[in-house]
This record gives sequence, C-alpha cells and structure tokens, in this order.
Amino acid sequence: MAAFILTINGREHKVDADPDMPLLWAIRDVVGLTGTKFGCGIAQCGACTVHIDGQPQRSCVLPISAVGEAKVTTIEGLDGTVAEAVKAAWVDIDVPQCGYCQSGQVMSAVGLLSETSNPTDEDIDAAMAGNICRCATYVRIRQAIKNAAGKVQG
Amino acid sequence: MNSKQIDEPANMVPTDRRAVLKGFGAIGAGLVLGVCLPVTGRIGQSGAAFAEEAGAAFTPNAFVRISPDNTVTVLIKHIEFGQGPFTGLSTLVAEELDADWAQMRAEAAPADGSKYKNLMFGVQGTGGSTAIANSYTQMREAGAKARAMLVAAAAQTWSVDVAGITVEKGVVKHAASGKSATFGELANAAKTIDVPTAVTLKKPEDFKIIGTDVPRMDSEAKSTGAAEFTIDFNKDGLLTVLVARSPVFGGFVKSFDDTEARKVSGVVDVRQIPTGVAVYAKSYWAASKGREALKVTWDESAAETRSSAEIETLYRDLAKVPGKVAAEKGTLDTAFKNSAKVIEAEYVFPFLAHAPMEPLDCAIEADSSKAEIWAGSQFPPLDQMAAAQVLMLRPEAVKVNTLFAGGSFGRRATPSGELAREAAECVKAIDRKYPVKLMRSREDDMTGGYYRPFTVHRLKASLDKDGNISGWDQTIATSSILAGTPFAFMVQGGIDPTAVEGASDSPYQLPSLRVSVHQQSTGVPPLWWRSVGHTHTGFAVETFLDELLAASGKDAVEGRLALLKADAREAGVLKAVAELAQWGRSLSDGHAMGVAVHQSFSSYVAQVAEVSLGEEGLPKVHKVWCAVDCGVAVNPNIVKAQMEGGIGYGLSAALFNAVTLDKGRIVETNFDTYRSLRINEMPDVEVTIVKSAEAPTGVGEPGVPPVAPAVANAWAKLTGKRVRRLPFAGRDA
Ligand code: FES
Ligand code: FES
Repeated sequence: MAAFILTINGREHKVDADPDMPLLWAIRDVVGLTGTKFGCGIAQCGACTVHIDGQPQRSCVLPISAVGEAKVTTIEGLDGTVAEAVKAAWVDIDVPQCGYCQSGQVMSAVGLLSETSNPTDEDIDAAMAGNICRCATYVRIRQAIKNAAGKVQG
Repeated sequence: MNSKQIDEPANMVPTDRRAVLKGFGAIGAGLVLGVCLPVTGRIGQSGAAFAEEAGAAFTPNAFVRISPDNTVTVLIKHIEFGQGPFTGLSTLVAEELDADWAQMRAEAAPADGSKYKNLMFGVQGTGGSTAIANSYTQMREAGAKARAMLVAAAAQTWSVDVAGITVEKGVVKHAASGKSATFGELANAAKTIDVPTAVTLKKPEDFKIIGTDVPRMDSEAKSTGAAEFTIDFNKDGLLTVLVARSPVFGGFVKSFDDTEARKVSGVVDVRQIPTGVAVYAKSYWAASKGREALKVTWDESAAETRSSAEIETLYRDLAKVPGKVAAEKGTLDTAFKNSAKVIEAEYVFPFLAHAPMEPLDCAIEADSSKAEIWAGSQFPPLDQMAAAQVLMLRPEAVKVNTLFAGGSFGRRATPSGELAREAAECVKAIDRKYPVKLMRSREDDMTGGYYRPFTVHRLKASLDKDGNISGWDQTIATSSILAGTPFAFMVQGGIDPTAVEGASDSPYQLPSLRVSVHQQSTGVPPLWWRSVGHTHTGFAVETFLDELLAASGKDAVEGRLALLKADAREAGVLKAVAELAQWGRSLSDGHAMGVAVHQSFSSYVAQVAEVSLGEEGLPKVHKVWCAVDCGVAVNPNIVKAQMEGGIGYGLSAALFNAVTLDKGRIVETNFDTYRSLRINEMPDVEVTIVKSAEAPTGVGEPGVPPVAPAVANAWAKLTGKRVRRLPFAGRDA
C-alpha cells in the first residue's frame, strides 16, 4: 500500500492503494466515480476511457503509480464547447442503446474532436476503433460525431 | 401433416394458460391475478419507490402514477437494456392518457408477478422480443383508465358533464365553462374515483404519439455517465466478490488454500460456496488479486472435458440420419426419386457467447428475514425464487430491484437464476454480515457457461426437370435450450421448438418437406442468444435456398417471391428491400449483393448486403439495406436503431465469433480472442419500415437472422464459394 495523490476532474484525491491498482478501479472503487466503465481489463474495449492530460487512454491498464501529476478527466468532469456538443449530439439522435459503452465512446469522441475539428470517416475509424459497442450503435456514433463537429464549427 | 406452424416458439408464448400454470407450478401463486389491480392500500411488500410516493400521488393502476407535481410515471415491467421499453411502454400510456410527452417519466417495476407478468410467458420477464407486443393493449388500457378517472374527477370538481370535457397534452378542459386543470391538479380528486371496468381505446389512425419518434427517455443519462448499472451499485459496507470457478463445466472444488489470498490488502474474507471459492474484498482489484493468489484443486472427474472437434463430430454424425420430425408434408421419397438434380449441404455453427458489454453482476443484501437484490434481472421472479431458496426465505421476502443492464442478448435470462443464486450463496457464506456485489471479470463472463448451442444442419433438396424445388429434407442436430428449465413444458412431442423455429415453420411453399431434429446435450450449458434458433435456421434455410435458386438460374428475389404466398408478409419486406437497395442494378467492380428474408418473433425482416473482398480473406460489408414489418411501429426511430444494432451484432458473430473448447476449457476468454465488430467494420445501414396496422411485434431480435445469410449469399456470388461454416474467420481451420 502506498498513498498517491491523483488529480481527477480538477480535484486532488488521496488514494491509498497498491501501486499496481489500475486507475480504473481507483476512480470507481476508491474515489467513487462510476461513469467510467469496466468491460475487459485488457485495453480491448475502451469502456474505461478517460483523458490523461487531454488524451484518451484506457484506465484499466494504467497503474496508479504511473499517473503521476497528470490531470485525469472522467466523463463526470468533461466540460467545454466540444464536450457539450458531443453529449448533445449523442442525445439528439439517441445514440445509446444499453448505454454501457457510451461513456467511453463520448470520451474518445471528445478526444478526437478536440484535435481534429472536422474529421473524415477515416479519422473517425482511427479514433473510435478502440471502443467496442456490443449493441453496435456505430452508425449513430459516426453520425453524432459529424453533427457535433458541425456544431462546434458553427 | 402439413408444414407445422409453431407460432412464435421462442417468444415462449404458450396459448394455453393451464400449460403456463403447470410449467410454472414451482413459482408459486399469484400468476393469474388481474394485472390492473388498484395499488393504493396494498403496497409495501414490493415496489417501494412506487409505494413511497403513492400517498400523495394518484395511482390508478400498477403501471401509472400521477403526482401533484404533474409528472406521470410509468412503471416498466420490462428490463431496459437498450431495446427501448422505457420509452416504448411510456409512449403507449401517454397516447391513451393524452399526456404531454414532457411530463412522462419511467421507472423499473419491482418483482411482482401478480402485477407485472409478461402476458405471453405468464411470468414476469423480458425476452423473445415481447416487450411491446405483450404490453400494447395492457399499457394503453392503463393510460385510458387513468384518463377516464381524471376526466371523471374534473367533472365532479367542476360539476359539469364528462361529455363536454376534452384532454390534450396533459391539460383537462371544459370549453363551455372555460375551466381547465393539469393532471397534477386533478391527482388528488381522481383518487376517489372508481376504476372503470372498460375503456375504449383509440383507433390507430387517431394516434398522436404512437408512431412518432419521441426521444428516448434514457439517452441523456446514458450519454453523460449518469445512468446507474449494477456494477455502479454501492452501499455502506458493501464488499465486491469474485468467485474462482471450475475451469471446466461440471468440476467442483476438491480443496483450496487461501493463505496467500488473505494476505492481499483489501481482501476481507474467503469462503467456499457450491460453485467455487468466493473472495470478498473492498475493491474489485483487491478481489481480483486475492483470487489470483488462491490455490484451488478441482475435481474434474465428472466434468465435460471434450474438445470442440469431438463435439463437432458428435453433432455431424447425428445429423447424418433424420431425427424427430418437427414438420413434414408431401412425399419426399417420390420427390427425390423423380428429381433431375439433388443438392446436399452441411452447415456447422459454433457455440457463441453473448458477451454483453457489462460483465455479469448482481448485488444482494440479506438478513435472517429478508433479502434485497439489485441486478439487471431479466426474469425477476426466477431470480427472486433462486435467492429465496438459498437463503431459506419466502420469495416475497426477497425484493428485486431491476437496474439498467449493459446488454444481455439473452445472457441475463437464465431460467436457473444462476447469478442471483450464486450471489445469494456469497452473502449466505459470510453469514449475511455484509451486502455483497458479485462481479465477473470478462474472462469469468466468457467462460462461465451459457452459449448458443453448437449446431449442425444437413440439407438435401431435389430439383425437378424445370428447376423447381420438389423436395426439401433438413436435419438439425443441436442441444435443447428448454429441457430441464421451468420452460420445459414448451418441449412438445420431444421437440424443443427453439431448435427448429425458422425451419419447421418455413413460409416457402414447397411440395414436399421434412424438418427433423436431434437434441443431444453436452456438459456445456446452452442458452438463447439474440434470436435463438433463428440464429442458425435463418442461415441454413436462406443460404441453401439461395444456392438452389442459383442452381436453376433463378434470381434470388424473384425466385423467393415465387415460393411465397402473394400476401405473405415476407413477400412484402422482400419487395420493399429490393426497391430500397435497387436490387439488380450494376455495382462497382468487385462488389456483389446478397439477400435474405426471415420471420422471427412474428416480425418480418429482409436485408440486402453489399459486399466486397476485404482484408484477411473476409468479406467487407459496405452497406446493408433492411426492410422490417413489425406491425404498428410504436417508435420508428427505436425500430430502426434495433435493426442497426441487430445487423451489427449478427455480423460480428458471423464474421468473427466462435467459442471453442480445448479439453473442456474455453479458449476465447476476452475480446482479444472473441473479436467484436468495431466501428470501421460496421456497414452503412438503411432501414425502411413497412406500413402496417397490425398489432406491434418485437424488434429486439428479428434484425439479427437475415444479415449472416445475406452476406454469405453475396459472398457466394463474389467468390463462387458457398459458406457452410460460421464464422467466416477461421472456417477453413
Ligand atoms: S476495460 Fe479498459 S479497455 Fe476494456
Ligand atoms: S450501447 Fe450497449 S454496448 Fe454500446
């Protein structure tokens, strides 16, 4: 056991845990934020996607000892024009079905649009292929990303 | 005997209520009580949330609660795992209530079979794409009765005649006197009104909300991380539990050493339960590390230890001779004797895991007199019963709270209530001291059993001298899903309808046909997987038929239409999809189109797939056109979403998925080996809904069966190779 200070959604949290505890479980079980989901534990599904200093990363394979002073953002802490546009686009065309993967999808989509304001289909494929949706809401995810891009650009 | 019609077998729709009662004899009384009991005054055992607010609110029946704050809450008896019952069932109530959509709310109903049973199963539960179908009249009546009572309350309050009262968008008005009130304002007065015995429902042409794309009620919560799933459930003192289970089906704990496991920080306890060794911890990670540190010796002497190849041989051998006859017509022998050509094929379908996005989980708290469960329960009373048995409680003493579930595809509908049972064992083994949340890792979820059964079809058909199909002989070898479950009463004449549905009830008008089946269980537990028997029958029938039509030079669409009755709803969707896809037009080089049509759960779906040769020797599916006839489309947008999702789910399995066994051990344990379709592999989808005034039927499953045969039929055009084995990936292995 060791004590780590994690900066999550702009707040510092003291986390007493094994250094090898993945950030996912620190977020969910120690800090108590449950929007970030568990789907595979081996960086295959993207359900656990958070932003580390603004970059989408799989929190299920990132030990807390490796987070250091990086700023962690979870779905609960997302804000800004791009994030609001993405969430609104998701709701607008009813993207979610079971909804379980969607936190991760939204995190990846916000990551994409923050870097690439007007993504092509190939950009979308590259940024979103790490996020599995077993309900296969992919057609709407693609559409919502395009709609959100349109909104952000005005 | 004519081609036997098994109506909606997988819907579990027994037409005979006595059969239901017999089948569910073990589940207890209360199944035949009316469903629209007034709730006030008799609440409190179940439906706490409903009960708590019932004091202030107007609750005309078990499904509707109208609060003084002018919200209308609908109690949803079906689990929401993406298919949309929260929105759909609320729509039905709102329509007849003449409510404003903005005032509608939805809430999961508690476990209470007397009020919330599925009218098609006779027991509370979700499955067989029945949510809208069995709720259509019931929910509209619930809304219409509430409306009638609000109108009567207004008439009484204003001392006017009900005839002059109108209701629109949640406002009750009396034009002559100029009076008006909201539902909320009338809630109190409506409580004293008698529940009307009969109400007249609207005609479909008068619908204002049904048939429109009202937005899903759960989209916002699910787009912001706010939606609560079982995995998110927490309460004071709750421990996370992971169970070390036998690596083979039918194995059990011989001995274990938990010394190292108990040393892991965060591990609170380790106990043996019937299914394995449970590790209780303060976090998932601690439970996981604790479990890794366990040393368990398993007794595998009675376990299933065969490999996939042996199981495949077993079913292929079985299918070589006819089995129990499920449907028969004409004289096959004559057809084959007089044939100009005979074509034979064998199809092999693997075990499939459901792999819902949220690995299985179930939370439970218990003391000596009661228990409470939080889970994505698909059969709440079966889970209630399972937990009650383990904890030696009366079923009514076990409250089931149904939370959102991160997918199911059939996996959460275990007739055995296995998850609730195991969770109950976990809480019992620590003397009910802590609430526990039983979780499964992805590996646990994948290897823990319950798969679409391994299935082999043998088909043999004769063509006469004009190229017409004269005989069709289909032998299916699989294992029974229903045998040994509370649904076993549906096995008739030794035939599990879920093994032959989609083949024995073929809509094609063939002069002679036989569909027979062998059911042989293995140690691998079988379960319904999104569209159940149709997952394999749809493929075998639609690809073999395609091959026969091609063999006699017939067009795949025209040839099918010629075999269908003119008024068959299959013909309707087939024509619609051909038009949508512009069937027959010239395509880009290296592209081909394939078509398939299939009825399941009384909904009719036809699909056309445009395919080219993709990477890894696999088809690249560019686009799928889809036509669906599901009767009245309550929410067209959700119908389309379910078609899109069904296509993606079916395609994922067809391209990539097989669960295989190596000496009884499951080889595919996570998404690295059990590959899931990803966004770059998802085709464009275009859906058209065929207009219909028929009562609505389900859409959760029927989008699945046609996609694999449509792709395989396109693939055959493209490559000249017929697909006899799924998945596409690794089928030469
Ligand atoms: S849980 Fe992290 S990628 Fe699946
Ligand atoms: S919405 Fe169910 S897994 Fe994506």
